[in-house]
Amino acid sequence: MWTWFFQLASPKWVYQFANKLLPWFRAATVILFLVGLAYGLLYSPMDYQQGNTVRIMYIHVPAAFLSMFVYVLMAISGGIGYIWRIKMAHIVSVSCAPIGAILTLLALFTGAIWGLPTWGTFWQWDARLTSYLILFFLYLGFMALHSAFDDRKTADRAAAVLALVGLVNIPIIHFSVEWWNSLHQGATISKFEKPSMDVDMLKALLTMIVAFQVYFFTVLLQRVKAEILQREKLSSWVRKLVIDQ
Amino acid sequence: MYFESFQEFIHMGGHGFYIWLCYAVVSIALIGYFIYSKSLATSNQKELINFYRRMDARVQNESGINATKSNLKSEEDK
Repeated sequence: MWTWFFQLASPKWVYQFANKLLPWFRAATVILFLVGLAYGLLYSPMDYQQGNTVRIMYIHVPAAFLSMFVYVLMAISGGIGYIWRIKMAHIVSVSCAPIGAILTLLALFTGAIWGLPTWGTFWQWDARLTSYLILFFLYLGFMALHSAFDDRKTADRAAAVLALVGLVNIPIIHFSVEWWNSLHQGATISKFEKPSMDVDMLKALLTMIVAFQVYFFTVLLQRVKAEILQREKLSSWVRKLVIDQ
Repeated sequence: MYFESFQEFIHMGGHGFYIWLCYAVVSIALIGYFIYSKSLATSNQKELINFYRRMDARVQNESGINATKSNLKSEEDK
């Protein structure tokens, strides 16, 4: 049973496994997005206050949720790599950063556009928005720090420490709407209570969240593949693989 | 369906611009990054082919130099 777990630390095994998984993930991404978009744009009702702008939620919330999930994944795998010196963990951690930064930027952008008609402003320096902007800078800082070292091992370890320290920002973002007064609304989906939204809206939102999640794993695997090739270029299996193709 | 006509769907009750701008930017970014991350593995492979070629050439060169050096040494010894 544990062999499967240990294989995750082997770049060669992960590379081959990613190749097997990727076609399924790509297909699932496309299908989930088509279903989610149909739900979100065609088969879900308007909000009684916001009208149709509520449809921005179906991309804003998944992007924001995912960007925080990606950060946690990045920090934890960075930490695993730091403590147990596992190469694969650093590869995953480093591959998370660019897509996380893009998702954060997208959530900021869609939030700003959504804010214009509903709040009357695209930006406000309140707790939720500011702490979320810090998340974006943390991603940028992670990437900048990682590229600042010539030695890849030092870069991996330094960036992992930054990611772990920045982890403190995640609960701050999550609870910011409860701790401080904010223009931003509180959470509508929670594990403990019944969600406070229409069933059709919930269906659309959940499908889009899953679609974004599967999309993330697809691009992560693609990125991890490229990273493995680059880092393992001196090993014989990579050489064989590249020359055979 | 919540829209009577295609016009209504595009118009989105006056908020069409905001909604379609968001959807356009997000889809361009996600599709763009998907294509980019997919192409990374391929471009890395191309890079690696050159890397291996250079490495092989260097190994051959170096062994050539060493060979002459050791030849010279052995000649000096004589």
